[in-house]
Amino acid sequence: MTGLSKNEIDALPIDFTLDGRKVTAHRGETLIQVADRHGVEIPRLCYKDGYRPDGNCRACMVEIKGERVLAPSCCRYPKDGMEVSTSSERAIASQRMVLELLLSDMPEERYTLTSELQHWVDKLKVGAPRFAPRSKVAGDLSHPAIAVNLDACIQCTRCVRACREVQVNDVIGYAFRGEHSKIVFDLDDPMGISTCVACGECVQACPTGALMPARGVGMEVPDKAVDSVCPFCGVGCQLTYFVKDNRILYVNGKDGPANEGRLCVKGRYGFDYAHHKHRLTKPLVRREGAPKSAGFTMDPDRVHEIFREATWDEALDLAAGKLKEIRDRLGAGALAGFGSAKGSNEEAYVFQKLVRTGFGGNNVDHCTRLCHASSVVALLEGLGSGAVSNQVMDVMNAEVVFIIGANPTVNHPVAATWIKNAVAKGAKLIVADPRGTELTRHATYALRFKADTDVALLNAMMHTIVHEGLVDKAFIKSRTIGFAELKRNVEGYSPEAMAPVCGVPAETIKQVARLFATSKGSMILWGMGISQHVHGTDNARCLIALSLMTGQVGRPGTGLHPLRGQNNVQGASDAGLIPMVYPDYQRVDNPQVREKFQKLWGVEHLDPNPGLTVVEIMDAVHAGKIRGMYIMGENPAMSDPDLNHAREALSELDWLVVQDIFLTETAYLADVILPASAWPEKTGSVTNTDRMVQLGRRALDMPGEARQDLWIIQELAKRLGLDWNYRGAESGVGEVFEEMRQAMPSITGITWKRLEREGCVTYPCESEDDPGQPVVFTDDFPTETGRGRFVPADVIPAAERPDAKYPMVLITGRQLEHWHTGAMTRRASVLDAIEPQPVASMHPLDLDQIGAKPGTVVTVASRRGAITLYARADPGTPRGAVFIPFCFYEAAANLLTNPALDPYAKIPEFKYCAVRVKKGGRLAKTSSYGGGQLLFEDA
Amino acid sequence: MEMKKIALGGVRQTKGPRVTMKGRTADPKVLAEVLALLGDEPRRRDLLIEHLHRIQDRYGHVSAAHIVALAQLMKLAMTEVYEVATFYHHFDVVREGDVPPPAVTVRVCDSLSCEMAGSQGLMAMLKGVLGKGVRVIPAPCVGRCESAPVAVVAQNPVCNATAEAVQKRVKENALKDTPPAYIDYKTYRAGGGYQLLADCLAGKRDVEAIIQAMEESGLRGLGGAGFPAGRKWRIVRGERAPRLMAVNLDEGEPGTFKDRYYLERDPHRFLEGMIIAAWAVGIAEVYVYLRDEYHGVRAILEREIARLQANAPCPLPPVFLRRGAGAYICGEESAMIESIEGKRGMPRLRPPYVAEVGLFGRPTLEHNMETVYWVRDIVEKGAAWFASQGRHGRKGLRSFSVSGRVREPGVKLAPAGITVRELIDEYCGGMLDGHAFYGYLPGGASGGILPASLGDVPLDFDTLNPHGCFIGSAAVIILSNFDRARDAARNVMKFFSEESCGQCTPCRVGTSKALQLLDQPRWNKPLLEELGAAMMDASICGLGQAAPNPVNCVIKYFPQELD
Repeated sequence: MTGLSKNEIDALPIDFTLDGRKVTAHRGETLIQVADRHGVEIPRLCYKDGYRPDGNCRACMVEIKGERVLAPSCCRYPKDGMEVSTSSERAIASQRMVLELLLSDMPEERYTLTSELQHWVDKLKVGAPRFAPRSKVAGDLSHPAIAVNLDACIQCTRCVRACREVQVNDVIGYAFRGEHSKIVFDLDDPMGISTCVACGECVQACPTGALMPARGVGMEVPDKAVDSVCPFCGVGCQLTYFVKDNRILYVNGKDGPANEGRLCVKGRYGFDYAHHKHRLTKPLVRREGAPKSAGFTMDPDRVHEIFREATWDEALDLAAGKLKEIRDRLGAGALAGFGSAKGSNEEAYVFQKLVRTGFGGNNVDHCTRLCHASSVVALLEGLGSGAVSNQVMDVMNAEVVFIIGANPTVNHPVAATWIKNAVAKGAKLIVADPRGTELTRHATYALRFKADTDVALLNAMMHTIVHEGLVDKAFIKSRTIGFAELKRNVEGYSPEAMAPVCGVPAETIKQVARLFATSKGSMILWGMGISQHVHGTDNARCLIALSLMTGQVGRPGTGLHPLRGQNNVQGASDAGLIPMVYPDYQRVDNPQVREKFQKLWGVEHLDPNPGLTVVEIMDAVHAGKIRGMYIMGENPAMSDPDLNHAREALSELDWLVVQDIFLTETAYLADVILPASAWPEKTGSVTNTDRMVQLGRRALDMPGEARQDLWIIQELAKRLGLDWNYRGAESGVGEVFEEMRQAMPSITGITWKRLEREGCVTYPCESEDDPGQPVVFTDDFPTETGRGRFVPADVIPAAERPDAKYPMVLITGRQLEHWHTGAMTRRASVLDAIEPQPVASMHPLDLDQIGAKPGTVVTVASRRGAITLYARADPGTPRGAVFIPFCFYEAAANLLTNPALDPYAKIPEFKYCAVRVKKGGRLAKTSSYGGGQLLFEDA
Repeated sequence: MEMKKIALGGVRQTKGPRVTMKGRTADPKVLAEVLALLGDEPRRRDLLIEHLHRIQDRYGHVSAAHIVALAQLMKLAMTEVYEVATFYHHFDVVREGDVPPPAVTVRVCDSLSCEMAGSQGLMAMLKGVLGKGVRVIPAPCVGRCESAPVAVVAQNPVCNATAEAVQKRVKENALKDTPPAYIDYKTYRAGGGYQLLADCLAGKRDVEAIIQAMEESGLRGLGGAGFPAGRKWRIVRGERAPRLMAVNLDEGEPGTFKDRYYLERDPHRFLEGMIIAAWAVGIAEVYVYLRDEYHGVRAILEREIARLQANAPCPLPPVFLRRGAGAYICGEESAMIESIEGKRGMPRLRPPYVAEVGLFGRPTLEHNMETVYWVRDIVEKGAAWFASQGRHGRKGLRSFSVSGRVREPGVKLAPAGITVRELIDEYCGGMLDGHAFYGYLPGGASGGILPASLGDVPLDFDTLNPHGCFIGSAAVIILSNFDRARDAARNVMKFFSEESCGQCTPCRVGTSKALQLLDQPRWNKPLLEELGAAMMDASICGLGQAAPNPVNCVIKYFPQELD
């Protein structure tokens, strides 16, 4: 015949006739796609771009010459010579009848302004339906975020596919049969008590308003739609705000490279914090004589008892004046600044520049210290770069996905969807976590190892790989150093010896090791379960060694991915919000680097000594060495370990300037509070966990006299004597970014204009036409030798083990609905309604043991403090452990945590300390936020 | 803007703490129960229906707690289990607050033949006499239409049922089906059975010759679609390995009972034919999908397959017997495949065809049981023997399931092409006393309705198409002057509406709206015809496509009933 290969044949176009026109289709294109491309309109309801076509609604039927019946154009692929009619009498009759049948069952009440059924009914001029409607279908308003209007349901199953195939939350089903067929949640339970996580994918998918945002916002007409990026976690989902009267009505997922239209409950329903009555709208100055103490009870409603309002000029002069005075009197070492991983890259950059040039020292840090500092130390040491090697979505190219110490369905929900999609596509998932998490169900191997035994488990895996000859010799030889030492070290960690230590059978450890080593692509993702230990750096070193020895790095579907927590923790770190490095991790103690930055910043001298880290700064305050601080958008009075200690330190400061949108626990101890901007009120770039630099755009005006953060930092800088002059819109954000480009080789190719145009660019990006590199380390590592380094690790136990007095282990972390210290999310009505009260999760049998039931009030105490909260039954919490999220001011988990630090990264051990749990205690009162008070009124 | 507040009192709309994980969690006690029931059985998804049967059989229902526990053990979403359990008639899903069904359920067949024989009255009477301890519910065709009316006491069918007979079985606690005596493995072997298969495997017969014999015999698929069997073997044999085979024993077309008839008499003739087909096509695994209503047949097949495997005449492919759970739609080939995979029986869109992408995504040879039942005879007696049968220019034999107003209903092996009048007179002893032939349904519920005036049309594949009908599974239901075609049409439309899987609009909504229209004293004929056209053109599978046939036939052939 033609002698073409199969691939060549597969690439050939297909010629066929569409409504009498000769058209050409690409292979793999359906009829409806070809029709769309040629501007031929075919009605469709169950079809949604990006979703698996299901062909059930039959609104898109077309006539194909020679076929007995009509064909659904969403599911049919053209063939050469096919004659297709989208508008023959037969086709139109069926299309119209389908629409009429569905229309006849629609309720009189409308739930959406954009019903696709109505759209096609109008388009095809289907008149009043001639059939009697079905019997009344009941609605379901049990969920705070989503209204279920099943009377408007056309059973197209887009929501089922959204829930099961896209987000894989597996809540929505299509139950019963025939005309009784029904969309159900779990076992036909009310949505509000189902396993629904309110990602809202189904709402975005529903064509008829059967699933809508609660409380009727879908019937309001927005003034404008603004594309931006989600401010919550590091996944970096793009979204569109729909705004009316300077309020966000609702949010849709946008087709960004990290999320492809997906969002989670926070990104979709967590925005009204920006409109909360507690927003700071005027600069505040502490009243003369208002005492500061660690043991405060805070009530934002009573802010005026402690603070008085001031003008911006007064507040800024006061704030900067006192900082300057301390600097001039005691030197740069007496000042420190905490920037924020929630702000933009530009804010982070000017913040660290202010500390380094305005304060004159390097005491600048941020919450990266509390989350992935250890990962970054290990990565810099082993691979020469602290960022991820491969992007989350690359799991779709992996054969094995290894997740350890991370609970992405809760903390990185959209990233978790890609992992679940990869499993559905055939990837094998290994989940290693002491806690049983939602991903466990999708795992081929779920290793519920004992908390604190990460190194034992990982060394045992490496032992197997070494002993069974599964190492990648060529990779080790050409691309690494230090293998011999590592090999010697893992010798003492046979799976048999480690099995009782980590509580995983030796055979399982071996199977997992083999699977990881021998797959075509194994990718590792990890979270705080790895990093927040005194051996956090060692944990990460083991993961790096595992990747290097098996050659599972440097290709698509492999690599190392520490899942970043904050929306801009990657960017804030990149921008130099770290005490030992300038932007792009250029060390402050390197004279050449310093010279470069002196030149760029137009200063004569920069401090050559690395500054102190977060917890060290608190210690230095306690020790009286640091007397003044500037804290922007961080809340160490909730997020630091051993809060009593941290709060004491903050209260001992001579001068504390806090810049925030709410009166946080930290702001409560401030001398001056500068009212700042919420994320939707400003424009700036953020960098997600995938190294994607994305643009957030302003959608709202600020309340009262609140100001953009970038402006505030610049005003303070000026008052500290710096000659800054960033011009342009949005507080000069574009000019700041252009200066960053000069300081940071990694983003050379990203201009502000390009960012405005493209919305997202991945770095490293060398030139303006470089699309950016999603996979790095393909040829070498950015180390001095170009090779990756093995760093052996031995078992170090947690700093505080359980004993007779404190027999249980406390694990802290987050909840799906609440962000970090809760300042934003507990003021977001829907999120607060779903998780209104502080809870301690325990295994049901452990609850039995202390005579408690779900909902019993319990008191959890450590050597450092005690909190009282409600018990929650969670079969996934390991026996002997208690899990408490740290977002609840009424029961701040960090009152209990241990400030013991990893020696390399100075990250505290949030994931392990000894506690005791007892029934009873007195619950702290809910103040003027939290507790579901925004949405629910007492009946 | 003022935030609208919701008054507390909704389901979880409370300011109180969330004290459990979101949604249901498995009750440890129920988890232990289900664990005990499953034992070492694999937790594979495709066994979901089998596992649900274990629960239903043991507890008489499937509770919500069971579903949650089973989901956890099978690593499935609980809604996946729930949607499957609620799809099939034979799982009684009991949620909190529901009353579990009583220990004994009596199912009274309300399909056409039984309705004509008075099943409505029977049901009303049974509800009265059996009392609260027994649940009496209607059921679609149970495949014993020659003995209408039929009631099934738990798993025990009562033929030509009367209230007294049913009451007696209930009293005696006679809840199992006892199949009649049949040709068992030993007897079948003694009569030369499995010699042909052994010869095939020993190389005494070659594949090509067997496939050719099938082609030359003209045997067509006897499930209803009539695809030439030999050609199907050749097509699937040409597909990529591993190839699978699925045998359709979900005989659910109202009026059809031939498969049961043969299996209750000579099961090994079927098994041998099936294994020869598997050998000829190079099949890796065979799945037999048996409708749940055939409890007696299941007992026979379980026993005889075990006997065959224990003392095999030659190496056999793995054969798995799968149990349906009460769903007519699972007789549709792709719905059956979905059901074997443990899912709801929702037909797949084609292309791709099951020969290419079928069971577990593999190329699949799917056959009705009767199609392979004839393999041994065709090969042993020769293709010409089969092809030489027939009447009025048609070829082959057909097993007609005849029911309705004839003197001797039953399975009638008759020449293809026989007319209905000949069938009644020569094979069924004529019409019932006092009844005059009025019309007939040539192919169960789906094949349409013809008037007596068209009683001389040869009955075979293709011959009825010009009249808007088809023979399908050859289930012939005879109507007399005591019946009305429009009642028959209503009966079958109700059946279709209840048995529609609910997937596509034209069928799910169409059958329901059609039924509404049929209940009007005066039919809106243009609207019914318009609706019917869309259902035929736009439904995914044969159910929706064929559902308008009877209505169209009434409009066309029985206009006098509509005036």
